[in-house]
Amino acid sequence: MNPTMIPIPSAWILYLSAVLFVIGAIGVLLRRNGISIFLALELMLNSANLAFASFAFRFAGASATAAHALNGQIFIFFIIAVAAAEAAVGLALFIAMYRRKETIDVDRFNILRW
Amino acid sequence: MVTYVFLAAAALAIVFGILAIAHRSPIINVLSLVVVFFALAAIYAVLGMDFLAAIQLIVYAGAVLVLFLFVIMLLNIRSVDRLGSGRRLQAILGALTSIAIGAAVVVAIATLTPAQGAVAPGSQGGTAFPIGRSLMTTHLLPFELVSLLLVAALVGALVLARKETR
Repeated sequence: MNPTMIPIPSAWILYLSAVLFVIGAIGVLLRRNGISIFLALELMLNSANLAFASFAFRFAGASATAAHALNGQIFIFFIIAVAAAEAAVGLALFIAMYRRKETIDVDRFNILRW
Repeated sequence: MVTYVFLAAAALAIVFGILAIAHRSPIINVLSLVVVFFALAAIYAVLGMDFLAAIQLIVYAGAVLVLFLFVIMLLNIRSVDRLGSGRRLQAILGALTSIAIGAAVVVAIATLTPAQGAVAPGSQGGTAFPIGRSLMTTHLLPFELVSLLLVAALVGALVLARKETR
């Protein structure tokens, strides 16, 4: 691996992550179709991954041992695994919801309201 | 060169991210998200995180989004509601909240001391070998727990999506 500085300030990656997070949050809060909300949620998860990548990149040279330099990337690995599990269960839930009401508009599922 | 790759990937990610949440066709939403995930994989690759770039493509673009496409086609969703077409108050409050969160994060980033990242000279970066060794030694317990979680999710998804028989 090339030990020289790579000319990307890690703050740029963080700014990109913040922008993607805002786009995802707007999607989650303003959409009413369950699948669309779920897609926007995936975008938010990925922006969090990008923030982890940015900090892993930023502190890779500063950490004491090579093993610790990988911790940020290991975190992203686990987030991706959990996101895959979450997508499988979530989409199965939407199929079950669709069976019940023939729609996945989240406004129509309100029996848990007080 | 690296800087240009990063800027191009960032621009792609933002444009297609907006398309992914704003377009009315769910198929186009998913395909735009594929482009976003490719751009993010390019950024990981540029940062020297080879293994992450690969699993980003294989797991996200390859598996998760295909699952989304499959469900959209299974439920035959032709178009979804327009962004913010619900209650007016909800749309305004939602947009304001998101932008407030984003502004707070941007302020927090701006107060960080500016630093450029560098790959540690002693480490091999993010190739599969050091990450695999780390998963099998330091992070063995969470790694095994994730396998348990995936089995639970698999069984849970099967149970949830199964047709109810009485």
